[in-house]
Amino acid sequence: MTLEEIIKPENRIYGKTPLLTETPMHYCPGCSHGVVHKLIAEVIEEMNIAEKTVGIAPVGCAVFAYNYIDIDWQEAAHGRAPALATAVKRLNPDNCVFTYQGDGDLAAIGTAETIHACNRGENIAIFFINNGIYGMTGGQMAPTTLEGMKTATCPNGRDVSMEGYPLKISDMLAILDGTCYVTRQAVHTAAATARTKKAIRKALENSMNSKGTSVVEIVSTCNSGWKMTPHQANKWMVENMFPAYPLGDLKDR
Amino acid sequence: MAKNRGAVVIDIERCKGCQLCKEACPSKVLSMNIEANSKGYHYAYMEVTEACTGCASCAYVCPDACITVYRVKND
Ligand SMILES: Cc1ncc(C[n+]2csc(CCOP(=O)(O)OP(=O)(O)O)c2C)c(N)n1
Ligand code: SF4
Ligand code: SF4
Ligand code: SF4
Ligand SMILES: [Mg+2]
Repeated sequence: MTLEEIIKPENRIYGKTPLLTETPMHYCPGCSHGVVHKLIAEVIEEMNIAEKTVGIAPVGCAVFAYNYIDIDWQEAAHGRAPALATAVKRLNPDNCVFTYQGDGDLAAIGTAETIHACNRGENIAIFFINNGIYGMTGGQMAPTTLEGMKTATCPNGRDVSMEGYPLKISDMLAILDGTCYVTRQAVHTAAATARTKKAIRKALENSMNSKGTSVVEIVSTCNSGWKMTPHQANKWMVENMFPAYPLGDLKDR
Repeated sequence: MAKNRGAVVIDIERCKGCQLCKEACPSKVLSMNIEANSKGYHYAYMEVTEACTGCASCAYVCPDACITVYRVKND
């Protein structure tokens, strides 16, 4: 069969969802943020809830998320996305509301907002991109940076005697009574993207059904900050990030 | 042998040449073009066209949603 015979509309099985805008994403080549944006857009499209979904964009590399998924958005101050999401969901209980946050945003400056929103059981979904680093500002150490991992602010590697241990914040959030679903996923393979997509769907459904707070951590790469190629970064993530942040459901009730 | 036959179409201008699609392809179909797009990225293309099964692994991992996948049953 020739390519022309295969490339016909009736044979199309996968492509860009129209909910992802035509605006090229500003992320570095190979960045996990793009994959996660794509999955969120696909789920919103498939659930047919674009008209009633509100995203809260963070400060961090995903600060322009509102340019890429064609839904309503609000932009939060650094770390405050769960507080803003609380307001949006309480004022518009029929809306599906999610935050999109990096590890610096969620687990450093926004720790209080994150913990208290989860403890109050706000009916929101939290999508947490854990790349173990402050990507946007040039690759500084985050609370999630691995022991021994080199960043701009720990050039000799994170020393736990000085800087503490990698913060397993999703495990902490899972023990709070307000969370209904806490899971840790990744997007480095086709199979992993399928699992993450299911998790995103469950989290958005929980928001629609007011079941409590859902947290979907996506263990991610920041190949620029890690100073690796995208493929090397995926391998490094599997070998180093996954042992510290094992994938799977932490809670599902 | 009944087997799916596939093809991909890559949005050259959206592609950032990250190579994740190439690494994800189980059939080693994809390569990076020696030509670059208007931003200077060496975009992905089907080098071994006949090996594509239409499995869409490349498209699922593409961070920039550049890849459209087509598949037919071939018997
Ligand atoms: C109040 C405030 N403090 C600090 C900053 C600087 N700043 C911008 S992004 C960022 C961290 C981003 O890291 P992360 O949340 O992990 O997102 P990533 O870029 O890695 O996706 C910081 C500290 C800011 N913009 N506002
Ligand atoms: S700096 Fe890191 S997190 Fe930010 S866009 Fe680049 S690769 Fe992605
Ligand atoms: S559809 Fe599958 S076989 Fe075809 S190029 Fe993509 S990954 Fe390779
Ligand atoms: S994964 Fe996407 S952006 Fe990266 S090289 Fe392939 S088509 Fe281009
Ligand atoms: Mg980060």
